[in-house]
Formats: sequence, C-alpha cells, structure tokens
Amino acid sequence: MMKKYSILAAGLVSVAVIGTAIAQETENPAIKARTSIMKLYSFNIATLGGMAKGETEYDAEAATRAANNIVAVLQIDQSEMWPAGSDNVSDPSTRALPDIWENFPDVGTKAQALADAAVAMQAAAGQDVDSLKAAMGPLGGACSACHKAYRAPEDK
Amino acid sequence: MRRWIISAAVVAALVGLVALAMTRPQRVDQAQVSGLTPDLGRGEEVFYAGGCASCHSAPGASGEEKLMLAGGRRFKTDFGTFVAPNISSDPDVGIGAWSAEGLANALVHGTGPNGQHYYPAFPYTSYANMTMEDIVSLHAFLNTLPAVVTESEAHDVGFPFNIRRSLGGWKLLFMEPGWVVDGELTDQQLRGRYLVEALGHCTECHTPRNKLGGLKRDLWLTGAPNPSGKGRIPGLTAAQLDWSETDIAEYLRSGFTPDYDSAGGEMVEVIENTSQLSDDDRLAIAAYLKVVPMRASEVGSE
Repeated sequence: MMKKYSILAAGLVSVAVIGTAIAQETENPAIKARTSIMKLYSFNIATLGGMAKGETEYDAEAATRAANNIVAVLQIDQSEMWPAGSDNVSDPSTRALPDIWENFPDVGTKAQALADAAVAMQAAAGQDVDSLKAAMGPLGGACSACHKAYRAPEDK
Repeated sequence: MRRWIISAAVVAALVGLVALAMTRPQRVDQAQVSGLTPDLGRGEEVFYAGGCASCHSAPGASGEEKLMLAGGRRFKTDFGTFVAPNISSDPDVGIGAWSAEGLANALVHGTGPNGQHYYPAFPYTSYANMTMEDIVSLHAFLNTLPAVVTESEAHDVGFPFNIRRSLGGWKLLFMEPGWVVDGELTDQQLRGRYLVEALGHCTECHTPRNKLGGLKRDLWLTGAPNPSGKGRIPGLTAAQLDWSETDIAEYLRSGFTPDYDSAGGEMVEVIENTSQLSDDDRLAIAAYLKVVPMRASEVGSE
C-alpha cells in the first residue's frame, strides 16, 4: 500500500516537473531557431574562451575553426526569425524586448559591430594566444551591447 | 529662572557651533599633493578603473564619445534625481580650472570648490581611499580630454535633502574611510582591494544600503535590491560567487560568463571600463573577491 502511494507520488512529481519544463519551452519555431543560433555562438566562443583563460591549451587550428564557425553563423539570414509577436510581452518564454521591433536600424548597426568583431577574431585566433585574448573583449562587447539594449534581465 | 534660560541658550549655541564645526566640509592638506609628479599612463588607468565616463559622459554615449565628459545622465533615487555634472576640461562649465588639490577635495572628502558638500551619488565614500599619486595622475589625464561646453544641470532634490549642510551629518554617520576587508592579504589581494573598494566603487551597487542611503558595511558585497526595480544585484562574496578567478577575470575583460552567455544590464558599462585594465588588475580583483567573507546569518535580515 505504502509503496503504491510512493509510486503515485513520484509519478505526480514527475508530471509536475515535466509540466513546468514544458511551460517554459516556446512553441514558436522562429524563437527556437534564433535561440539555436545563440547556442551556436556560445558553443564556439567557449572554445576560444577556454584558451583565453588558459583552461585549455592554445591550439591555433581549433581556435581558427571556432572563429570560422562564428563568422559562418553570422551569414545566416535571420529576417524570418523575428516575426511580430515574438517579443517577451507576447511570449514570456523569450527575453527579447519589444524595443527590437521599434529599432531595427540600431539592431542592424549592432549586428554589424558583431560581424566586425567576429572577423577580427577570425584573423586573430590562429596567430597566438595573446592576439586571441585581445580579440575576446571586442567580441564580448558586441554581444553585450545588444543584450543590454534588447534583452530583458534574467528573473532571479 | 533667567539664569536657567541663559544657560540653556549657551548650551544650545555651543551644540550648534559643535554641529556646524562637525558638519564643515573637509579639505585635503595641500602638502599631500604638492610635489607629486603626475603620470599620464597611470592617470588613464585610474580613469578606467574609477569608471568616470560611465556617469559623466553624455546619455547614450559610446566609443570615443565616452571621453567627452559632458554630464547629463540622470540618476533617480529615493532622495531625488541627481544629474551628473560636466567634468570635462572646459575651464568654465567643466573642471578644467581645478587644481589637483581641488580634485582631491572632491574625491576624498566630497567637497566642491566653493566648500559645498557633494551628494553621495558621486561615490566619494569609495574614492576616499584613493592614493594622492593616483589623484594627481587622474587630474593630469582629465586635462588631456576634450573640453565640452554643455552646462551642468541642477539636481532635482526635495526638502530636507536639498539642505547641503545636512550632508555633513550624513558623512559623519556613513563615510567611514579605511578598508573593509582586512587581515593578512597578499600583494595581489591588496591591489584587488584597492581596485574594488576604492577605484571601482563596486560596493556602491553590490552592498545593501540603509534607509538614509548609508552602506551596510557589515553586509559588504552581499548583493542588494536593484534600484531600477526588477531583480537583484548579485552578491560577490566568496560564498556567493562560485566562479573561478579566471572566470571572473574573463567576465571583466569580455563580459562572457563561465557558460559563455554575455553580460547584460548595468554591468555592460562597467565591463567597458574593466576591459581597458591589465590582465593583472582583473585577476587582482578576482583574487580579492575570493577573500570577501559573507556573514550568512545577517544576509536574510536586510
């Protein structure tokens, strides 16, 4: 009897946990697509960042591959990934602020700044670890500039 | 009876005089700055470590515009709205005519050129621990930056906070020069302490304040409500921030977190400054943060 209840309770807990997870996940394929792009940036920046911090040994080829990937991801045309109604007011699963849709020219300027920083990283990554380190600041700065203006703070 | 009234009046007058004397704006001793030779390179480092441009550049300034210290950014607080003044090298509307001593009075004592108290929105409670060598060098560096002719705007502060003299009392209560984290520290941790507690004035946001705006020094760097309303400014004590020292240094260089998300919010402007520091200085900040204690029992009581 006791065991039955435990199983039932465990089942309920799982349902609750899965339910919460699903509630946070977006249904909007455009948001999923652009979030995937962010993950691709992050994955490749992790390779560069590990070397910049000295956590992994500097490897010119691996660093260049990562920088190339970032530049390649930047080639993706995202114009279909930011449809109206995919801001954080319409869909709480995203942190994209409605201001994005009011300021497309500025978003474009900031995206260009990221492209410039990524190309600079592409040139630096294969040279030596000091060049790579020096290129991390502007790259991160370009990410942050857009996030400061157009991404809602994380709920804590 | 008459005698009693006279004595009371005398006592009141004495109390008044003592209060006036105690709330008098303080100044540095000229001997402290004379004879020091400014170093422009050092002045530039102090400029970035001190974050001058984050408040004193024009609203929305970016890149090179951040060296135009026109003022005009507005800071809404519970006590009123403060407007950052012009501190460019213009001799009339900026601070170009100031001596190094004048700058030292402002930074170390929060005292203006006409002997007025500054509001602590200007973080002189932190800058009070700056070395005179750094101030003299900063003074020289500020004079190399462009003159901007934008007039400073008046603060919008209501009664009783608009009585400047009362700030003398505020300083008596809450301006406590000296270091918070003490004890056996390595040279690197000491450098980090100087960067965090004095120049970087990190504690102005990351430490909670009491009702009168004084820092709760016993809750040093344990995090605070965000004045912008939403969320909390995180605690940075060793127990709260579990990033490695290299993680912290990388964050201060590029804004990348350990899982390679990027900074957002107000820290973006801070990182624009810390990204200009040397690797050694960023690592020193990290080394210092690792020795900041947290008094867990008190954190919940704020």
